[in-house]
Amino acid sequence: MLLIRRFEERLLDEFSTGRLVGTTHAYIGQEADAAGIFSVLEPEDVIFSNHRCHGHFLAYGGDPYRLAAELMGKATGLVGGRGGSQHIHWRNFYSNGVQGGIVPVATGMALAEKARKSGRIVLVFLGDGTLGEGALYESLNIACLWSLPILYVVENNHYAQTTPIALAVAGSIAARFSAFGMETWEYSTSDVLEIQPATRTAITHVRTKGRPACLVLNTDRFAAHSKGDDVRDPQEIAGYKKKDPLAIHSRRLPEAELQKVEREVSAAIEDAFARAAADPFPELKGLPGA
Amino acid sequence: MTPTVLERLNFALHTAMTEDERVYVLGEDILDPYGGAFKVTRGLSTKFPDRVLTTPISESAIVGVSSGMALRGLRPVAEIMFGDFLTLTADQLVNHAAKFRWMYNDQVRVPIVVRTPMGGRRGYGPTHSQSLEKMFLGVPGLKVVAPNSLGDPAELLLGAIADDDPVLFVEHKLLYTRTLLEEGRGDLLDWKVERGEGACPYFVLRSVYEPALTIATYGYNFELARRAAMEMMIEQEIFSEIVLFSQLSPFDISPLLDSLRRTGRLLTVEEGGLTLGWGAEVTARAAEAEVPGLKVARVAALDLPVANSKMLEDAILPSDGDINRAALELLNK
Repeated sequence: MLLIRRFEERLLDEFSTGRLVGTTHAYIGQEADAAGIFSVLEPEDVIFSNHRCHGHFLAYGGDPYRLAAELMGKATGLVGGRGGSQHIHWRNFYSNGVQGGIVPVATGMALAEKARKSGRIVLVFLGDGTLGEGALYESLNIACLWSLPILYVVENNHYAQTTPIALAVAGSIAARFSAFGMETWEYSTSDVLEIQPATRTAITHVRTKGRPACLVLNTDRFAAHSKGDDVRDPQEIAGYKKKDPLAIHSRRLPEAELQKVEREVSAAIEDAFARAAADPFPELKGLPGA
Repeated sequence: MTPTVLERLNFALHTAMTEDERVYVLGEDILDPYGGAFKVTRGLSTKFPDRVLTTPISESAIVGVSSGMALRGLRPVAEIMFGDFLTLTADQLVNHAAKFRWMYNDQVRVPIVVRTPMGGRRGYGPTHSQSLEKMFLGVPGLKVVAPNSLGDPAELLLGAIADDDPVLFVEHKLLYTRTLLEEGRGDLLDWKVERGEGACPYFVLRSVYEPALTIATYGYNFELARRAAMEMMIEQEIFSEIVLFSQLSPFDISPLLDSLRRTGRLLTVEEGGLTLGWGAEVTARAAEAEVPGLKVARVAALDLPVANSKMLEDAILPSDGDINRAALELLNK
């Protein structure tokens, strides 16, 4: 969680000083979701993430150096500078920046894993903003009809960019999923030790029953949607920070341990950004067959 | 009996599913006994019940699910019941299937085929008669292929299924019942046929006499172009060459340029709307190549929706008469 927090803070700093161009979507405030979820996934499971993917990627075990290099557009980046922040792939981790469109793709992946009897499940990350996209509902229907091993995780941070959920989502989130006949759980917590067992229940269900399921995690993002587009009342954000997942979990750890982790994370991030900065830019290559 | 295009496409699907367990077929209403709206998938679900998946009416998910299957090791063939509904798949084709390989730095492949019947002349009206392939030409990472009655549609489809990258496979509805042409016989009696290399070959139909113009076309409109060319040959003693493309995007212009260096006149024929269509790109590429004295003309549909009434539909879509008239005008330019 600390690695995600510090990585994202460093990124926002790099953007604000103009050392990085493009855009980013910080995961700050939502770290307990990723940390809890990835602590119970199997290493071979398949993940499809969205525009806000850095936290998921780092919790997956991804290398902060390769991610930093990707964000800097370097040849050594995860996808050689072609994808950037929202479009990365490493091992069984994939992300794409189009809301909703990733959901049928992830659902098809679950079909393939089932067909190949791999024992893997697929986990796809949605946000409250994704709930407006029709492709989502096409996918939920198919996943239930065909009994596919996929867990839909909705990280509801209550804002789609700047639009509050009250203006974008009618009715119940959980009922959308359960209406298709899938098991659905909903939690409102930023405590990683609550998210971990909740995820375990959901993942065990998907893996053992071979059925789709949904996990709704109500959360809060502390930073802007991307950069400088936060129109929320600062007091509202201050309220969220009282439930900071890092603060909650830090209280459980001895001071010396905290300092040690902070030092290690700080060194890892320094190293990642310094190495990435020194790396070369990619050369342009044509499309195959074109 | 010479097989029909439909029989060859159906044969290709049976062959692909028999030979490779990774091949899945998915789409709407494709189960037997119905076997698909145009019967291309007939018999598959009986023979391969576990690998033929009938879907809800969810075109976006049909293509998206296919991409996900392909990313994880399968080789799906999706059917979109009418080409008009490709608009519903556009995000999946453009922002997902066609992007993944390049965007992920060549670390993945997306071997999907999206098959769809296109085109009019059957009185299906404005939303079931269009030729929308022009919207998907020029999308980086997406191949667009169209069978015809000269090449073997089975080879073309098997090639698309064997391709590691996404292929949009556009089948004109009127082609299904056409029997394949045979070189040196029947409709091809008066032509010498040159065939290009590879899985998606081009064809050049050459006349034994000095050609006055080159007609470039693809798919079903090759039937119109051939009829018009035969008529001009018999009635007016005007001889043509026909360059028939199987791969529309990306495409190699060189066989067309070779023909244009012999004729200096290019007429493109397509069933999609004229403006910003296939012919526009073909003529632009030909013009850039600086063929001496090149003159060009295009035959395409009027820029209107395709009407239901036969009278109106015929007026909107190109005919062999339109090709004949345009050819004469081109020769007088």
